[in-house]
Amino acid sequence: MSEHGADAGSVHGAHVGTVKPLEDPHLKVAHNGPYRLPGDESLHKQLEKTWAPAKDRFRWFKQVDHKILGKRFIITAFIWFGLGGILAALMRMQLSRPENTFLSPDQYNQIFTMHGVTMMFLFAVPVMEAVAIYFIPLMIGSRALAFPRLTAFSYYMFLFGGILLYVSFFLNMAPDTGWFTYFPLASPEYAPGKRVDVWGQLVNFTEISAIAVAIEVIVTVLKQRTPGMSINRMPLYVWAMLITSFMIVFAMPAVMLASNYLALDRLVGTHFFNPAEGGDPLLWQHLFWFFGHPEVYIIFIPALGMVSSIVTTFCRRQVFGYTAMVLSQVATGFIGFGLWVHHMFATGLPQSGQSFFTAASMMIAIPSGIQIFCWIATIWMGKPVFKPPLMFVLGFIAIFVLGGLTGVMLASIPIDLQVHDTFFVVAHFHYVLIGGAVFPLLGALYYWFPKLTGRLMNDRAGHVSFWLLFIGFNLTFFPMHKLGLIGMPRRVYTYHPETAWGQLNLLASIGAAVLAAGVITYIVNALVCAKHGAVAGADPWNGGTLEWGTSSPPPHHNFTNMPVVSGHEPLWHAPEHAPVVTGLASQQKEVLITRAFDAEPDHRYLYPTPTPWPFFTAVATGAIFVGCLFTPWAFALGLPFASAMAIAWFWPTTPKKEGEVPEDDGSESSPPREEALA
Amino acid sequence: MTTAGRGIQSALEPAGMQAEKIADLWQFFLVVCTVVYVLVIIFLLAALFRRRPEIVPKAVSPRVRKAVIAATGLTVITLFALLTASIFTSRGIADVPDRAIQIAVMGRQWWWQVEYDDRDKSKRVTTANEITIPVGVPVTLHLRSSDVIHSFWVPNLHGKRDLIPGKNATTLTIRADRPGVYRGQCAEFCGYQHANMALWVTALPMAEYAKWLEDARKPSKIPSTAEERKGQDVFMNSPCPLCHTIQGTPANGKTGPDLTHFASRRSIAAGSYPNNRGYLGGWILDAQHLKPGAYMPSIMLEQGELQPLIAYLESLR
Repeated sequence: MSEHGADAGSVHGAHVGTVKPLEDPHLKVAHNGPYRLPGDESLHKQLEKTWAPAKDRFRWFKQVDHKILGKRFIITAFIWFGLGGILAALMRMQLSRPENTFLSPDQYNQIFTMHGVTMMFLFAVPVMEAVAIYFIPLMIGSRALAFPRLTAFSYYMFLFGGILLYVSFFLNMAPDTGWFTYFPLASPEYAPGKRVDVWGQLVNFTEISAIAVAIEVIVTVLKQRTPGMSINRMPLYVWAMLITSFMIVFAMPAVMLASNYLALDRLVGTHFFNPAEGGDPLLWQHLFWFFGHPEVYIIFIPALGMVSSIVTTFCRRQVFGYTAMVLSQVATGFIGFGLWVHHMFATGLPQSGQSFFTAASMMIAIPSGIQIFCWIATIWMGKPVFKPPLMFVLGFIAIFVLGGLTGVMLASIPIDLQVHDTFFVVAHFHYVLIGGAVFPLLGALYYWFPKLTGRLMNDRAGHVSFWLLFIGFNLTFFPMHKLGLIGMPRRVYTYHPETAWGQLNLLASIGAAVLAAGVITYIVNALVCAKHGAVAGADPWNGGTLEWGTSSPPPHHNFTNMPVVSGHEPLWHAPEHAPVVTGLASQQKEVLITRAFDAEPDHRYLYPTPTPWPFFTAVATGAIFVGCLFTPWAFALGLPFASAMAIAWFWPTTPKKEGEVPEDDGSESSPPREEALA
Repeated sequence: MTTAGRGIQSALEPAGMQAEKIADLWQFFLVVCTVVYVLVIIFLLAALFRRRPEIVPKAVSPRVRKAVIAATGLTVITLFALLTASIFTSRGIADVPDRAIQIAVMGRQWWWQVEYDDRDKSKRVTTANEITIPVGVPVTLHLRSSDVIHSFWVPNLHGKRDLIPGKNATTLTIRADRPGVYRGQCAEFCGYQHANMALWVTALPMAEYAKWLEDARKPSKIPSTAEERKGQDVFMNSPCPLCHTIQGTPANGKTGPDLTHFASRRSIAAGSYPNNRGYLGGWILDAQHLKPGAYMPSIMLEQGELQPLIAYLESLR
């Protein structure tokens, strides 16, 4: 290795970082992407072998590849999304006319709670993280995501949490106190049985998963960017996920703390939230909304990154105002933590304090506005190509701007006092969450579908699904603004004919059917095209970021040659001799670690191998959580088992000695490339 | 139900000072936000469909840069205008005289207990699910909860205020400016029958209000017919008095609504059903069918007891 190190030279004695020119710049539109040279077949094969996922009978439990786990994560999240959508359809059926008896109050209360819990805890945040698990390493030119076994653990925790929730639903013990589970309604006195405990443990499952993935994303983005991708050249999507992940790390502990106080109140007999014994129901609200409001931005900021990616590609130019966009996202991330009290205006907190939160809630409109203006400017100066992903972005702007404006209305205390906890708010946050996050997500998955599957989705079906979704969405949710203003509260299983809410509710229910047709069209399109779609090639949209610089779907090692970038859209302005990194071993799973800001090569990191231990650890941890539905002793009894599993997971293995690794991996110590080929 | 129909529970048809000011603020926000929305969409469409040269220049146009900066500046100014308007409205709503009529409202799963306090104990009035107030006079409601969090909301008069157990009462001052009957409803999810926790506010001219209060202070009417007397016996010998109070009789249960002037109320079961003989009979015999989960049990009565009981209750004006 010594001569190797001497070659790499520049950085901290690391053995990587040499840069050599890419011989043929035209290869950047080649089927296999620009970072695989024609002569790299043997290297490519060796890397495929080294990075191969587990292949035996129990492989499902062992995988650590971020692409396999990312896909699994996305599909699982969409299954919960489908179930949550069915629940929404049931609610719309119940509310389609006054005094309907389609659902009983008990069923309705479980269903609206399940809908909220599913969409917030099992879909919105996980799906955004899932997309990041798949795409972040590809967009920053890395071979893998940091902490792969933790990714596997996160996936199983997420999966088990969802299964717990839906099993309890079918056992008629699903939570029924709303996704916000206010005390004292959730206290043992008013909510006997195990329903609320299921809520508490579901939160533990999903938030452990969310925090773990957030840490992986932060480390990956800060330490694994390919050389040249200094922090000011990161794609906006990567910025968005970095900010989101920091928000998760700060917001999620609040709700985990709350859910464990909840468990203590319900199982151990503490009185954190019990007013009769000196506890404080408002403490719950503060803890919950300190998580709950940033949660909205945790869902929304990744979507902003997706929008930027799509606008860039389909307007054929870099997003206007990169620095302004990044600073706006950062500002949103900070201000997002200063808004939670606007969920509590009606509790009668002191007025002076409330005004602060009004101002903060209005202020957050500024960075959102700046980003909208920048996208419009980009479209103005670019050449828009009206493919479905861009349509979803346009739908996003039309819907989200309206949702943002109703958000400004809700920031005003007097207006909020009227429309708080009414269907106006239901309309508002569906405009923000479906318009602001689901539309960009569907656009982004359409855009990245070829990278995920190697095939394109059908454009005609894509346009049909977009218009069904857009029209259905507005039919469903626009009337709800009016419903709230004319007095309809949220979370009611029925209403009286004398209230004059019937017609608008019927309209909303019809809209929901159109919306459902749009979702079904989109999903069928995806399922059919995953097998039968047109073969995409590496870069079907002529995108500029690195994920398009490798084959579709990418090889196990993502990039045969690690790209070195020199701009924001490296594939668009690759110089004639686009450099690549060499010097990473091909017979070991080595990942290049670079410095946080300038992305200069730092050192190599030996990447973990497939293992079932994260699965077993998740099983043991999950057993503790499920046991804690019934007794706090489950924690004490289960902890040794979970610890044993984690010890096995972290048991050190002796790495192959460096000297035994043949240096045939295209490093500088090898003969020049042409000769090697010959 | 004189005013039943459109607008009986609407923030857009204010009948009181506070709701009026909020509705004005709402109109202002609506106009400003609509203009902003239309402008954004116009610029978006223009950006999409404007004529552009065959090869668009790569450089950033300085005009576009200026436009984005201008739009950002306008956003800030607009938000300031909205914030200012909002704060002035907040102050306007809070600006009420100290001397107001005081009414205590207790939220309970799933009905409202209403008490008109008076230093003279004999003048205290307790009723349920209906609040009668005079027109043009501020009324301060002291809101408390005996169980979970509820939220008091009569949109024609004011925004909502939570009722939080274990806390000092929250207050909400309202002033009705138009006589009428307004519907309200619990606005914080409070469990099984949250949907059926409504109330009525009746605003009367001062003279009528004074008369109403005088009547309300009287004990219940003494049964005048044989059937009503039998009904009273049925009431007193069934589980009813364990939960319900009828002033002037031995019945003094506290967990259910006070029935002293029951017959004067417009609805039963917290706004769930009109107060007539048919629904009342159903409610007594099978409350769990009409409002599943309510704490009112279904009452077992002997043959021939129901009609006298209804007659008695309907005589309690």
